[in-house]
Amino acid sequence: MTNLIEARGLTKTFGDFTAVDAIDFHVVEGESFGFLGPNGAGKTSTMRMIGAVSPISAGSLTVLGLDPMKDGPQLRSRLGVIPQEENLDLELTVTENLVMYGRYFDMSRSEIRARVDDLLEFSQLTEKRDDKVEALSGGMKRRLTIARGLINDPDLLILDEPTTGLDPQARHILWDRLYRLKQQGVTLLITTHYMDEAEQLCDRLVVMDKAQIVAEGSPSSLIEEHSPREVVELRFAVGVLEEVSEQLDGLAKRTEILADRALLYTDDAEQTIHEINEAGFEHEAVLVRRSSLEDVFLRLTGRSLVE
Amino acid sequence: MATPVAFRVFESEALWYRRVWRGSVFSSFLNPVLYLLAMGLGLGTLVDANLPEGVEGVSYLTFLAPGLLAATAMQTGAGEGSWKIMAGIKWRKSYHAKLATPIGVRDLVFGLMLWAAFRVLLVSFVFAIVMVAFRVSPLWQSLLAIGPALLVGVAMAAATTSYTVRIKNDVNLAMYFRFVVIPMFLFSGVFFPITQLPEWLQPIAFITPLWHGVQMCRALVVGVEPVIAPWISIAYLTGWIVAGTALALAPFRRRLKP
Repeated sequence: MTNLIEARGLTKTFGDFTAVDAIDFHVVEGESFGFLGPNGAGKTSTMRMIGAVSPISAGSLTVLGLDPMKDGPQLRSRLGVIPQEENLDLELTVTENLVMYGRYFDMSRSEIRARVDDLLEFSQLTEKRDDKVEALSGGMKRRLTIARGLINDPDLLILDEPTTGLDPQARHILWDRLYRLKQQGVTLLITTHYMDEAEQLCDRLVVMDKAQIVAEGSPSSLIEEHSPREVVELRFAVGVLEEVSEQLDGLAKRTEILADRALLYTDDAEQTIHEINEAGFEHEAVLVRRSSLEDVFLRLTGRSLVE
Repeated sequence: MATPVAFRVFESEALWYRRVWRGSVFSSFLNPVLYLLAMGLGLGTLVDANLPEGVEGVSYLTFLAPGLLAATAMQTGAGEGSWKIMAGIKWRKSYHAKLATPIGVRDLVFGLMLWAAFRVLLVSFVFAIVMVAFRVSPLWQSLLAIGPALLVGVAMAAATTSYTVRIKNDVNLAMYFRFVVIPMFLFSGVFFPITQLPEWLQPIAFITPLWHGVQMCRALVVGVEPVIAPWISIAYLTGWIVAGTALALAPFRRRLKP
């Protein structure tokens, strides 16, 4: 297994502002690697440095064995980039968008034609091939952007917030497509602020907060390491939560008081609920669930991911 | 053999233009016709009646047409360097898409200038044909005048681009057109000789790229002696192209590859 990406002390500053603060990570060939964190954590800045469209401020970065600062064009010719913001050519058709993008990589028209059919099928846009992009739904546009990023058969696919702004159904279709790519052995680099997305797609991930990496591992190992197995969520009537919050301490391994509910982390939810009832708390609703990355994030940063 | 990278940018502009050309071809044909009808023939009849010796020795229509050719090229160049560039950077973000590929900032800017040159060439060619239809000048003279028009157009495209990449929003572009492009259009010797201007204003006309284009086009079409040697004007306009392009590179890089 070779490392496709190696970063040491990677830093990005804009004037006085540090967007990425000396982070270390590596990405192995064939894996699906995630950057999880809230908006402004430094994920996009990191992606842009890896994509050779933003110079690094300090540290070292090697991508596909190349130096993004020196070998930009050569490196970019082997990457597929799916940006957060849509930048398709709206007046052109679906096929024309793919052809035009292929030409940027200096692929011949026949080379492009040979790939377009497969890409359209993969992105489930075959029937829309001659439609103008303007008329496509958000999910279709995103799938087309992914197809466009695959036109040059990249060694590394960079996806910045691939499902932000999509409805649940469109997200699931997209996850399915990305999962297929992963199975074909394409190395994926994904940023997201969605826990479920990270759990679904990433073999390994780093949690970023305030320009730094605060944890690293597989989704399950992160949960195991940073959060007890189960969570009891308690809801109270308005105003009651503040009163009882102190008494809740000690009932579980760890307690988090959020704006609208209390989270009790425990290895045995049944036992915890029993104790809650014994103590006679006047709660409105109880919910038991497995620990998720959201809980890991809460544990590591003291804040929830989507605010 | 690999396609030069700047040319790939040109090619993508062409592919896009193929989809949206109809409106612009119509206006690039209609504009000169309307102007030559209204100003050249309409206003020209009045002017000619009062000036039996003509404006600089020729009819007003013949005086106006080559100037208007240069002015149309100038406006096309300004158009290519303004809203379109702002859209690529800010609204459409199509330049971000291009720069995620092997295309670099320099290739992008060179490709955009190449495309601007092509658009100016097209518009000027149509104008030259209209001049022939209005019997202003024979075909070969009209075609020769495309040369200086092209220089003016690209000079404006480069200068305007280097301004557009430095501004944050399009309010400034509206100001630019109101206070730079339109005054230049009106007071660079297109509609009347700049000797008619107050003396203190004349040097300002001399420094505009349009005036240099107007006097060269007019020299070629009407056959009058140019006010200053053409090689000076050619060098001057080339200087605008080189400086404008060079000055656009750094801010382009700052904005698109921060």
